[in-house]
Amino acid sequence: MILYHLNHLRELEAEAIYIIRETASQFERPAMLFSGGKDSIVMTHLARKAFYPARIPFPLLHIDTGHNFPETIEFRDKMVEEIGANLIVRHVQDSIDSGRAKEEKGPNASRNMLQTITLLDALEELKIDAAMGGARRDEEKARAKERFFSHRDEFGQWDPKNQRPELWMLLNGRKHQGEHFRVFPLSNWTEMDVWMYIAMEKIDIPNIYFTHQREIVKRDGMLLANSEYISIRTTEKVEMMTVRFRTIGDMTCTGAVLSPANSLQQIIEEVAASKTTERGTRSDDKRSETAMEDRKKAGYF
Amino acid sequence: MSDFSKDGYLNMELLRFTTAGSVDDGKSTLIGRLLYDSKQIFEDQLEAIEQRSSQRGFEHVDLSLLTDGLKAEREQGITIDVAYRYFATPKRKFIIADTPGHIQYTRNMVTGASTANAALILVDARKGVLEQTIRHSFIASLLQIPHLIICINKMDLVNYEEAAFEKVVDEFKQLSSKLDIKDVSFLPISALLGDNVVDKSKNMSWYNGPTLMYLLEHLHISSDENHIDCRFPVQYVIRPQQTEYHDYRGYAGRVSSGIFKPGDKIKVLPSDEVAIVKTIELFGDEIPEAYSPMSVTITLDRDVDISRGDMIVRENNVPNAMQEFDVMVCWLNTTPLQVGGKYAIRHTTKDARCIIKDIRYKVDINTLHRNEEDKNIGMNDIARISIKTTVPIFFDSYRKNRHTGSIIIIDEATNETIGAGMIV
Repeated sequence: MILYHLNHLRELEAEAIYIIRETASQFERPAMLFSGGKDSIVMTHLARKAFYPARIPFPLLHIDTGHNFPETIEFRDKMVEEIGANLIVRHVQDSIDSGRAKEEKGPNASRNMLQTITLLDALEELKIDAAMGGARRDEEKARAKERFFSHRDEFGQWDPKNQRPELWMLLNGRKHQGEHFRVFPLSNWTEMDVWMYIAMEKIDIPNIYFTHQREIVKRDGMLLANSEYISIRTTEKVEMMTVRFRTIGDMTCTGAVLSPANSLQQIIEEVAASKTTERGTRSDDKRSETAMEDRKKAGYF
Repeated sequence: MSDFSKDGYLNMELLRFTTAGSVDDGKSTLIGRLLYDSKQIFEDQLEAIEQRSSQRGFEHVDLSLLTDGLKAEREQGITIDVAYRYFATPKRKFIIADTPGHIQYTRNMVTGASTANAALILVDARKGVLEQTIRHSFIASLLQIPHLIICINKMDLVNYEEAAFEKVVDEFKQLSSKLDIKDVSFLPISALLGDNVVDKSKNMSWYNGPTLMYLLEHLHISSDENHIDCRFPVQYVIRPQQTEYHDYRGYAGRVSSGIFKPGDKIKVLPSDEVAIVKTIELFGDEIPEAYSPMSVTITLDRDVDISRGDMIVRENNVPNAMQEFDVMVCWLNTTPLQVGGKYAIRHTTKDARCIIKDIRYKVDINTLHRNEEDKNIGMNDIARISIKTTVPIFFDSYRKNRHTGSIIIIDEATNETIGAGMIV
């Protein structure tokens, strides 16, 4: 007898496609948050699959901190062109210029927190009622309790104690005027699943995920890329190193890892042998033990 | 990618399981032990819990801290919601829905159980089967979790004696005769010390069965889905606004059950129109057969009026189409259920409204007695109710089909999900 069973990557794919289609059906103005990182690239790929041969029936929204890796922006523009998607960009710089957000000071200054203000303003301006994000439950403790359909009040806030129970795959996206949802199609994926899926589907990703030479500053145990956005302390020195990035975010808070991996196969082997979590390379999570939970309550991704 | 299939990663299956038990049963310790012994704990995670263990003055690393999620929980030292954990072995990827076992959190256990292939129920070897064991087993049976694993924990505290283990097994077998459970396994373990969790115990030579990890890796799950009754709830109609696909109509959705193939004679509900499946596709690839839980797009040989909420089935095997039926409901909200009350419901991809006609009985989940007098259904209560819907619902009984036999009940004023229903 033939066994009708999917392998785990195909099952995760089927689940994510179901959630994306459900979002397009239940909401009037959904959007997909796109950061240029591997998770949002995989999510965009799944959205193409979900509606093929039609184009993705909602816009991609990029909240641009202005502190991006240039490689990310190049990749973004090329991808959008190829798949014929509608890309909307909103800039943290504009929030700062209009006085809505205030730039952090000091050597560890980052615009990561400010993204929340620009994001919430963009959702309101564009009347987006469901924002899909590539966050995964394995990334962080607070994210382990997220729903697929996560309700946000009219201030964009998350109330972890008052979440809607999610049973079977019956997703409840009903809401009042002014409220919105965050939707997480990749909730059940792990970092390894994402890499395996990229390899299986031959998905294109920005080249900074692969090994390259770069000017690096060591700070608080992290390897930060030297750029015009960080100020070098007198005690610090800039060194050339062979690195790659495990996650891609704002240049000011995304740490590199020393790595010679120049193929997906090698990255997968590296991830399998890794002794630290992926978010261990992110200084934004290291500010306090509940950093992610506090940011999420305020409306972060 | 032939390079990857070599190491078997692409042949891994997904197994979802839920855990039930109170803090005292060592549930968090067991999950911590599974993650720790299967080398799924990263250095930065271990560092964080070592630091917190020593801050609290513990002698050993408290593995239960690994599964504590939110601030409020850490402050109170209890798990208050469903938290999801992930680990993998070369054979399977596992998703754990970790739910608290305390009585007021029945709703969380029901939530975690709704998508599980297996339930782990912890019993303290010193205490035996308790009220909460009955409660957890009843919920596992009500939610039709295919596999039940009874972990008789803290064997180290009963000198690893076989008699203590057998006593609990006997107690449980008496209880389970009242329940509808397909597959039960019993394991003597110590989560704290690791006996029979990942590694075989050296302290229980009388036990010849598998370790918990072996069992989780080898449970036969491929027949957990219904591959007989073809049900395809239409989720989204794909109509590309591009000239090259001018006449394209694709019906997108996830197969609930059965096996669909091109050439199948199908019927569309509620219109009763018939057609033949032309293609089953995903991203331009034609798929020879689609089965649960695949997400696909179906095209038909002729134009049929189909929209979201309709269901594609085989012409000679159709579900019930009724407006009045009975449901076993678990109430999830502090506002009690109202007889005569009107609510929104969601069933597969269909939205409808319903009125509660009657409460048949309430189940005392600690004794399993049916109470026909008590009509007060509040948070965490389980009852059999009769409902009438505004439009016909295409369902199978929950026992036959978890996907087409389940509904959620929604409060139309607050929009909250307030009830979980299993169609009788």
